[in-house]
Amino acid sequence: MKITKTLVLVLSLCLMLVSFAHAGKDLDAVKSKGFIQAGVNGSVFGFGMPDEKGNWAGLDVDTARAIAAAIFGDASKVKFTPLSAQQRFTALQSGEIDVLTRNATQTLSRETQLGLNFVSVNYYDGQGFMISKKLGVKSATELDGATVCVLPGTTTEQNAADYFRTNKMSWKPVVIESTAELAKTFFAGRCDVLTSDASQLAGTRAIAANPKGYAILPEIISKEPLAPAVRHGDDQFRDIVDFSVLAMINAEELGITSKNVDMMLKSKNPVIQRFLGTSPGNGKSLGLDEKWAYNIIKQVGNYGEVFERNVGVNTTLGIERGLNALWTNGGLMYSPPFK
Amino acid sequence: MEQKQNPIPINTAETAVPFWRDAGKRALLFQIVALFVVGGISYYLFSNTQANLARQSIATGFGFWEKEASFEIGESLIRYSAADSYARALLVGALNTLKVAFIGIILTTILGSFVGVARLSSNWLVSKVAGSFIEVMQNIPVLLQLFFWYAIFYESFPSPRQALNPIKGVFFCNRGFIFAIPESHSAHVAMGGMFLVVLIGGWFLNRWGYKRQELTGKAFPAGRITTALALFLPLLVWAFYGAPTAMNVPELRGFNFQGGLTISPEFSALLLGLVLYTSAFVAEIVRAGIQSINRGQIEAAKAIALRPGQVLRLVIMPQALRVIIPPLTSQMLNLTKNSSLAVAIGYADFVAVANTTINQTGQAIEGVAMIMVVYLFFSLSTSVFMNWYNKRMALVER
Repeated sequence: MKITKTLVLVLSLCLMLVSFAHAGKDLDAVKSKGFIQAGVNGSVFGFGMPDEKGNWAGLDVDTARAIAAAIFGDASKVKFTPLSAQQRFTALQSGEIDVLTRNATQTLSRETQLGLNFVSVNYYDGQGFMISKKLGVKSATELDGATVCVLPGTTTEQNAADYFRTNKMSWKPVVIESTAELAKTFFAGRCDVLTSDASQLAGTRAIAANPKGYAILPEIISKEPLAPAVRHGDDQFRDIVDFSVLAMINAEELGITSKNVDMMLKSKNPVIQRFLGTSPGNGKSLGLDEKWAYNIIKQVGNYGEVFERNVGVNTTLGIERGLNALWTNGGLMYSPPFK
Repeated sequence: MEQKQNPIPINTAETAVPFWRDAGKRALLFQIVALFVVGGISYYLFSNTQANLARQSIATGFGFWEKEASFEIGESLIRYSAADSYARALLVGALNTLKVAFIGIILTTILGSFVGVARLSSNWLVSKVAGSFIEVMQNIPVLLQLFFWYAIFYESFPSPRQALNPIKGVFFCNRGFIFAIPESHSAHVAMGGMFLVVLIGGWFLNRWGYKRQELTGKAFPAGRITTALALFLPLLVWAFYGAPTAMNVPELRGFNFQGGLTISPEFSALLLGLVLYTSAFVAEIVRAGIQSINRGQIEAAKAIALRPGQVLRLVIMPQALRVIIPPLTSQMLNLTKNSSLAVAIGYADFVAVANTTINQTGQAIEGVAMIMVVYLFFSLSTSVFMNWYNKRMALVER
């Protein structure tokens, strides 16, 4: 009896594993599920964090909503999984989430060794240092001997090591897995410096008890193109995710916002007609409804709106557009033509 | 499985039992089937994993060991820099785990025994204090205790520039405890060597004294003589080398103290949390061990005029240890395994280093396999040692 029970248990376990490993195409799986499971940060203000009412908010969160709007025509058809830096890629590889929109830096080794495809960048970032103003440090080159708080499992850890090595400075890392715990440790003075992507530093500073007491040093020591990522193996899904990001940028280039998008439907401009699907084609090519781009802009907004809403100068983060301005304004945001 | 002997000898084909009625043969058949099923499932899981990894072009194998780690580690027992290989980084992590587990096990055993004995004290206050210590420590999850102690360290101690300096050369601040240590000198190596020689000599002396006592009945104070020699001889060696007194005194330079020896808040919090939590369990084990001994034994020992220390050492402990050692072993293993919670408070143990390695190389399966192998190795080594000790202490029936 006992043996039979054990055998049944083992076999059913195996079957679970089998069905898990052979999940169908990502897009089909998402469509049949009826929603997208997106991996987000969970504790970085402005990028991915629930607000005081428990609603998810942030630039990355809105990117995930845009993908849902493109596929389902409804930006709310998305569920969020908060992930630590160390869990995020495994979660994507294993199929726990469908798309990763969690300020992940695109790198060569991640593309090649992790079996991931990064799509177009939704935020150009760079790593910086934050320090208490009391210490009177003005430049990162004065950081010899400092104790540095750093998050594990990020490119940050490596960049910091590289930076201190190149500048022949000694340092001591304090590596703590949870973003919130790390910030607490830094504010309590366990470390002299907190290093992370500049946007995250701004987010962390915003939730400090005394935001004015901390300065972000002028040196940016790395390039951090943050981009959503999907698994290898479903190119159509990859295209949809990619063009959902690009649609927001393209809309800003074309001057289409969530407010004027209905008016724009009547536009005589063939570029706008193609983009919003009034002259069809794009939707069919992606395997989506022709209204997909309209839905993104109507329900989520263009890139500029999303940026200003979550991290822009009028928010507590107060980040300038900088590299994230449109190419026409001296930034790097540039969308290929939608035709 | 043992082959069951059929009670009736079977000689002819007519009386032969079909194999599915023969318990022995049936058992053998089941075993073979089970073996094939397990083998088949393992093969399937392995090849399926391989195929899936290859399909998603995720790198496999242990080739990353030789690559440059290019991340820094907060504290290390051996020389390490970001330019070293992943293999060395992982070794640093393993040694850090070993360090906290080793020191933790020793301190836990001492504190646990102490509290366990105190719990049995006839003094009301002592016994109640020990009792409440056990109840409180046992019933708060160890992770919470780690957060608590770590917060105490970084919240309540001042920054390096305002470091507490109770005596010369000793500093307390939120960077840790920083002590002055003697400047390295060849005399120290010689002193350590001498200390070891005395310890080994003391062991032989003790054996000789024991034999002599068995033959002649005269006791020999081997323990006291060894202690005296262990204190005195290294000092003699030190004087012989010209009594070097140079100290490596920590000094505040820039952000932090340079020189001296630093015990980090992460290590201290982890050690404190683990030791307090585990020693509460050990205390209960020790108490149970001591209470398992019949009162008559103690009265008999006193009746033959043994001193209280001797009663404990010669009568109670040898018997109590038989009850204590097996559960004590499992507490030691618990402590070692719980040390992996270090990740939460930033101590660079093996799991922390392996996690970073997994993230930089993307090889989660290899990384997790390594974590399992390392903890298995630590745990099995502890078990082997404790089982050996247990056998030595076990009741020898004549």
